[in-house]
Amino acid sequence: MRYMMLIHHDEAAMAAAPQKELWAEYAAFNEALGKAAGSQTGERLQPSSAATTVRQEDGKTDVLDGPYADTKEQFAGYFFVEADDLDGAIAWAKRCPSSKHGAIEIRPVFVAPGNRK
Amino acid sequence: MSHAEAAGRAAERVARESYGRLLAFLAARTRDVAGAEDALSEAFAAALRLWPVDGVPDNPDAWLLTVARRRQTDQLRRRQTRSAGEEHLSLIADELDAAAAEAGPIPDRRLALMFACAHPAIERGMRAPLILQTTLGMTAEDIAAAFLIPPATMGQRLVRAKTRIRDAGIPFSIPGTEELGERLGAVLDAIYAAYSKGWNEIGDTGVPEIAEEAIWLGRLVVSLLPDEPEAKGMLALMLYAEARRPARRSAAGAYVPLEEQDTSLWDDSLIAHAEQLLRDANLGGPTGRYQIEAAIQSAHTARRLGGLNNWPVIVQLYDHLLVLTRSPVVVLNRAVARAEADGPDAALADLAPIADDKRMLSYQPYWAARGHLLARADRPTEAAEAFTVAIGLTTDEAVRTYLQSKLEACYS
Repeated sequence: MRYMMLIHHDEAAMAAAPQKELWAEYAAFNEALGKAAGSQTGERLQPSSAATTVRQEDGKTDVLDGPYADTKEQFAGYFFVEADDLDGAIAWAKRCPSSKHGAIEIRPVFVAPGNRK
Repeated sequence: MSHAEAAGRAAERVARESYGRLLAFLAARTRDVAGAEDALSEAFAAALRLWPVDGVPDNPDAWLLTVARRRQTDQLRRRQTRSAGEEHLSLIADELDAAAAEAGPIPDRRLALMFACAHPAIERGMRAPLILQTTLGMTAEDIAAAFLIPPATMGQRLVRAKTRIRDAGIPFSIPGTEELGERLGAVLDAIYAAYSKGWNEIGDTGVPEIAEEAIWLGRLVVSLLPDEPEAKGMLALMLYAEARRPARRSAAGAYVPLEEQDTSLWDDSLIAHAEQLLRDANLGGPTGRYQIEAAIQSAHTARRLGGLNNWPVIVQLYDHLLVLTRSPVVVLNRAVARAEADGPDAALADLAPIADDKRMLSYQPYWAARGHLLARADRPTEAAEAFTVAIGLTTDEAVRTYLQSKLEACYS
């Protein structure tokens, strides 16, 4: 199964964490992710201070500066993994350094019922 | 016995023995529990229709599995027609057809099924109901009655949990050594939660059966994981409690506390079995929560049967349990044991740290125990207050009557 892993951070806690160790850990994690079989890809996002949120209602466009949800932990990046089952995805979530500074949400990618394995 | 009766009984027997085995096998490949249940229930319906006419087949399990797999194959083919060109679906269908043609024993995947039902990604409160339904074939109505939830709500929550198993990709497998301890804990907790439901609702008709079902599941886990001491500990704990069931109510239906129970009513063979399991468990390895709780029940049994004063040992066992669980309920039970070893004032002092715990404020055993301790400490006014709260929190009529008599004694 294909899973999207959504990384949520407490941005303040991330900034306070020892940066050198953190990004060395991330480099190793990305290396492992790249080496693993399947189509594992991921990206880190700019902080939520760079976010813009857009909605349309009754033909009017509403553009807001800031993220969709104003919460302590902010969406910070994502990666995809191909795993046999949820336990495989959980193992990748545990390996991701961000799971120590926030949370990883695991979402199975939608597959039309006829295409399920 | 008529043909129809014989066939009906055979179907029932197979259902009891094999339902979970057949369902686990059917669901493991597709992770589609609901689809497997539909296929299996159609197979049982066919059995009840055909066996009275054709006679019971030599291998009823294999017969049911064959029919159920054909139904599953039909489900897959129907899905395939809706989205033509999906080759792997026809491969699965062919695979199932081929497997259905083979004779031979059905591999037992019930443990894997239980691990799926008690997966951490399944809502804690739904793990026990899900195991009861998938492994034993209990209906949503019966489970709802035991868990005091409206049947429609229980049905919806079971459906949601099954959908989640399929959509989130929850595995049907026995976890590796690294994860086994924690995951097994969830399976044991779910089974024990089912047992507790059956234990607490003793007065209601039909409900005690759930305790039997839980014990059956406990035996199954022990037989499938014979090297896990905690599984044995949990089964022993249930058997100690079950052995005392006949003594928990007087002939008139009144509540009888442990210390006043007629031990001749206890079931000796269940106690002997529990003792054996506990010995085996203690040989096996690290001492977990269920092993300690079973050891406490063993000590209570020895005290009542042998007339020995082992309260200090019981307090020590609770000390170990407290380190493991950090639970206010353990603080409470430890204090009650401590009262017997060191008197009610020491016990009341031990309760002070949990007196403000929100979980305790609506916990009936807390107020009942407090009432008993205060009464023994010669503080009747406070005891009466505690008993009054306990009565207000009690749903069991026999226990309410018992507490009422304790409350009245405070004023005499």
